[in-house]
Amino acid sequence: MEALEHVRGLKFKFRRMELTREKIIEKLLFASALSSILIVFFIIAFTLKESIPALALGRDFFFGMTWRPGHEQFGIFPIVVSTFVVGAGALAIAAAIGIPTAIFLAEFSPHWVRNIIKPCVEMLVGIPSVVLGFFGLMVLVPFIRDSFGGYGECILAGWLILAIMTLPHVISISEDSIRAVPAGYKEASLALGATQLQTVRRVLLPNARSGILASLILGMGNAVGETMAVLMVIGNPNIPWIPSSVLEPVRVLTSTIVLEYSYTVWGSMHQHALFAIGVVLFVIVAILNLVTTVAIKGRFGATSIIKGVIGRG
Amino acid sequence: MKDEIIKISLCMVALISVAVLFGVVGYIFLKGIQVISPDFLLKSPNYAALEEGGIFPHIIGSLCLLAVCLLFAVPLGIASGIYLAEYATENIVTKSVRFFVECLAGIPSIVIGLFGLTFLVYHIGFGPSMLSGGLALGFMILPWTVRASEEAIKTVPRSYREASLALGASKWQTIRNVVLKNAYPGIITGILLGAGKAIGEAAVILLTTGGLVTYIPRSLLDDVGALPVYIYMILTVVPASRDVAESYAFGASLVLIMMFLMISVFALLLRNRYVRKRMSGSRG
Repeated sequence: MEALEHVRGLKFKFRRMELTREKIIEKLLFASALSSILIVFFIIAFTLKESIPALALGRDFFFGMTWRPGHEQFGIFPIVVSTFVVGAGALAIAAAIGIPTAIFLAEFSPHWVRNIIKPCVEMLVGIPSVVLGFFGLMVLVPFIRDSFGGYGECILAGWLILAIMTLPHVISISEDSIRAVPAGYKEASLALGATQLQTVRRVLLPNARSGILASLILGMGNAVGETMAVLMVIGNPNIPWIPSSVLEPVRVLTSTIVLEYSYTVWGSMHQHALFAIGVVLFVIVAILNLVTTVAIKGRFGATSIIKGVIGRG
Repeated sequence: MKDEIIKISLCMVALISVAVLFGVVGYIFLKGIQVISPDFLLKSPNYAALEEGGIFPHIIGSLCLLAVCLLFAVPLGIASGIYLAEYATENIVTKSVRFFVECLAGIPSIVIGLFGLTFLVYHIGFGPSMLSGGLALGFMILPWTVRASEEAIKTVPRSYREASLALGASKWQTIRNVVLKNAYPGIITGILLGAGKAIGEAAVILLTTGGLVTYIPRSLLDDVGALPVYIYMILTVVPASRDVAESYAFGASLVLIMMFLMISVFALLLRNRYVRKRMSGSRG
């Protein structure tokens, strides 16, 4: 009888030990999750805090036309405009080439072609941007200089390099979303006597629209936030201006930070202004990401496709 | 007839885009392979006479930075992912965790670089070092590791957990022996994709480390050079003849692309195998 009591006691003790262990593990995991948020929160708060003096300039900062740190002038308007011009142009090129490629791969190519090309394209998602920038500097810039004149380092070079960078994204997501349209839709259309092309245009593309759109907005976010590839090919004039032709060199938000961080004076308005540029970049990219999330809500598998791709960076 | 024309033009555009993508990689391969030799890969750089040195410290530097970055981001990311997927109930806390993680994923890398420079390098005083660079890279890929772990864990079928719990296993035993065992290919794929991003990242490292070095780092607080920064700086800072600098940059680009592709191919293979296994599993 006593022995049984003893065993019961041991069992109870053992069970209690296990319970404390479980509790400790749960606490540890919770602490990790908490520190992840704290780190993110801290990065955002720190960047915001450092940028407040420059953001407080208000109109002079956001709509000021001259950026001359030496003369205490911090107007980022021309830089913001250039950033959008560079991003939008790159996206237009990537869309014009990428979407037809995606349609071809999803609908018209033989299986074996798709099975080779798709993984190869996916492999190139996230290729080191400094390498692309270097390629642009070595190949595109001299090419543009020789055939169109000017410096060669210009908006056009930025467009082409960023288009090459976003192309794998656009092809990969668009192809996924075209193939995610339920087969029944396509079969119904074909059964009604529509040709393959009519089916693509009237059934597949409208249904895949949100995924394709999302790939473009995401691409835009990447293009705006991209640093090295752009930096190396767009020229970066000392005083930024609003460009009037695609052959002019310009300055974008990211390249301004890289070029000027090394000679800012600690605690100066210049340093605050660079942080404020960072905040502006962050807000632009965050808005684009938000639009993406809204655009894809509730479409066939689009959410998971996008998540996969965001995860792929 | 019209259909044929459209089909052919679609095919042409597809050819163009594939040709462009492979053209870029192929061009760098052809130019880079001419420079690559044992000396180039294994010697220290000599910035006074570039053609006599190599890029060894920068290859090692890139790997060191990646190691620091992964040591920081992987345990934290997986633990956070487990908590989010297994313990947290849907409430304001988990929602805010997800929101902040999404936020961090949206921060352009240059902003993280700027944060690293001001906070890690100056405020805390790590200086331009392996620790500053590695941590900043870790901040950059942390959201990817958290999300990849959470997503991978969530795809493990509920019935697996129930079976394990019904056999008397505790919650943590279930997570360790059943959930993680099934989720690990997904988690590793996510981490590898993050690693591919980290190894090619230049902006963050440019701001948080010194850039060009001639030696291999001996401690966490030593300065370190990485390949992406080497490619950028050798063209802009080093007073060498343009031809030599360019050919060395091609060589370094090729090495960097090879490292990136190795990580990326491995990640994709793992992901495809995992997806196939899951699909056949759910069918069977």
